[in-house]
Amino acid sequence: MKEKEQKRSYSTECYNEMKLRLPSLSVNEGMARAAVAAFCAQLDPTPSELADIKCAVSEAVTNCIVHAYRDTVGIIYISVKLCRGGLVRIEIKDKGCGIEDVELARTPLYTTDSAGERSGMGFTVMESFCDKVRVFSGCKKGTTVTLFKFVKGKE
Amino acid sequence: MQKTNRNCSLFISEDGGSEELLVVLKGEIDHHSAVWVRTEIDEKIMRYRPSRTVMDLSGISFMDSSGIGLIMGRHTRMQAVGGLLVVREPNERIMKIFELAGLTRIVSVERESRKRRGRA
Repeated sequence: MKEKEQKRSYSTECYNEMKLRLPSLSVNEGMARAAVAAFCAQLDPTPSELADIKCAVSEAVTNCIVHAYRDTVGIIYISVKLCRGGLVRIEIKDKGCGIEDVELARTPLYTTDSAGERSGMGFTVMESFCDKVRVFSGCKKGTTVTLFKFVKGKE
Repeated sequence: MQKTNRNCSLFISEDGGSEELLVVLKGEIDHHSAVWVRTEIDEKIMRYRPSRTVMDLSGISFMDSSGIGLIMGRHTRMQAVGGLLVVREPNERIMKIFELAGLTRIVSVERESRKRRGRA
């Protein structure tokens, strides 16, 4: 147990995987986070760990709907990998408009919304609730967000 | 008035007249439900122009950053009509998100019962 925690490798072997694809309709946000949480339940996570995962997934999926496929409906590809050492790797991919400046987008409170209805906290929430967040984006090609979360579980 | 939209339900008391508008939310607040909740609350704020709007979050089981936007937006709207927004009984999870955004410095948060701690 202790040894595993000390190493904390982000590239351990995957032993179970789930894939999900959904159209970017806001009604699917609840479904996406619930499905990911249900799949992760086999790790026996604490309620807090599960809530972290649900919240981070919700943020990433919302970004696909609100930003990537802004005026259109596209497909959101979600893959969840359970890896050795209690690592959960969640990849949320879209083929939408892409992020021009990833670093700027990740800045807390940065939002493109001028109406004051969005907080600009999406990436900040993902970063706070996960151990690592990786973002790849290409203009007009799409964005892939990978969330890395170590689940210690109950006990 | 009670309304439900999939995983989120909303109760707005309309008996308080222009003094206080009480909004009781239950279920999950995400981008999907926030859009709907926002429209419902704003319509009542504009109609009654209350001096205080209370958003009771004790029945909220899930909230992401869309909730911050929802609350900040209502805060701004209440300021516009010369009133105050109060958030009541957010659980520990919700507090965690509020603190990330520094929301507790802007909006007044009422927390009376701390019994929910641990169940959050």
